[in-house]
Amino acid sequence: MTHQPPDLSMEYGGVKKSLPAYLVGFLLSLILTLIAFGLIETRLLQGTLLYTSLILLAFIQFLVQSVCFLRLNCRSSAGRWNLFPFLFTLLIIAIFIGGSMWIMANLNYNMMN
Amino acid sequence: MQHTIAYTHHHDTDAMDIFGFWLYILSDCILFATLFVAYITLHANVYGDLGIGQLTKMPYVLAETIILLISSFTYGLAILALYKLEIKKVICWLVFTFLFGAAFIGMEINEFVHLYFEGHSWQSSAALSAFFTLVGTHGLHVLTGLVWMLVLIVQLPIMGISPVMKKRLTYLGLFWSFLDIIWIFVFTIVYLMGAV
Repeated sequence: MTHQPPDLSMEYGGVKKSLPAYLVGFLLSLILTLIAFGLIETRLLQGTLLYTSLILLAFIQFLVQSVCFLRLNCRSSAGRWNLFPFLFTLLIIAIFIGGSMWIMANLNYNMMN
Repeated sequence: MQHTIAYTHHHDTDAMDIFGFWLYILSDCILFATLFVAYITLHANVYGDLGIGQLTKMPYVLAETIILLISSFTYGLAILALYKLEIKKVICWLVFTFLFGAAFIGMEINEFVHLYFEGHSWQSSAALSAFFTLVGTHGLHVLTGLVWMLVLIVQLPIMGISPVMKKRLTYLGLFWSFLDIIWIFVFTIVYLMGAV
């Protein structure tokens, strides 16, 4: 304990963690969650518009938490190392979910007609 | 001198180790994507039962969501205290995080037990099978995180804030944030959209 080594892990991901970032992340997430919940409770929107806004709200909160809690960034080399596999995973997931939904909707349509 | 060399070497592998853990988390995201697809595909096949959005109370799920979010925030505070080398604060915030996490998992188990005894088990319909698999897998991850956190809470006073402990806490921090991010989509896709 007396001999503290220079601390590099502190800047994991290339950005120092800070209280404001956590606070902003927490408050934004809370607000976005409450908006999404409010949309359902008040039935303000209907149909496709409701689904689109719910997905959009979830996606924004996902970005907020990725940036504020996971400290995703492209400002440093370490940050970019984390960012690119992350983006690639998103691409795979998008192909996977979008593709599956497309195929299943198509199957459903052909079964019914 | 020997000491310094050991440390520099250590730090090089630290960055690599954490990157490796990051890749594990990304692959776990793909696991969850498969479970989400299964749920999205099967959610309408309720076999004459109500949908999951009608079976659960929305305020209850909202409370779960906020509790998990708070635990994510308190874990962040633990990490901040860690960098200031304030070991007591670190342990204190970890205990808070643990309690919130335990409250979350307790509420989830309570919900599952209620569903089960009201006759909505995983065997009732394809939709419920997919629901229990998706939410259950998330719950198991949270449970694993809790056990892991308990181990770290015990280890911290013994080992002090060493580089190894910092690395372990960084791993768990990534894991814990990841679980909260998965929950955003569980909350939106399973519960909110189910209640439309």
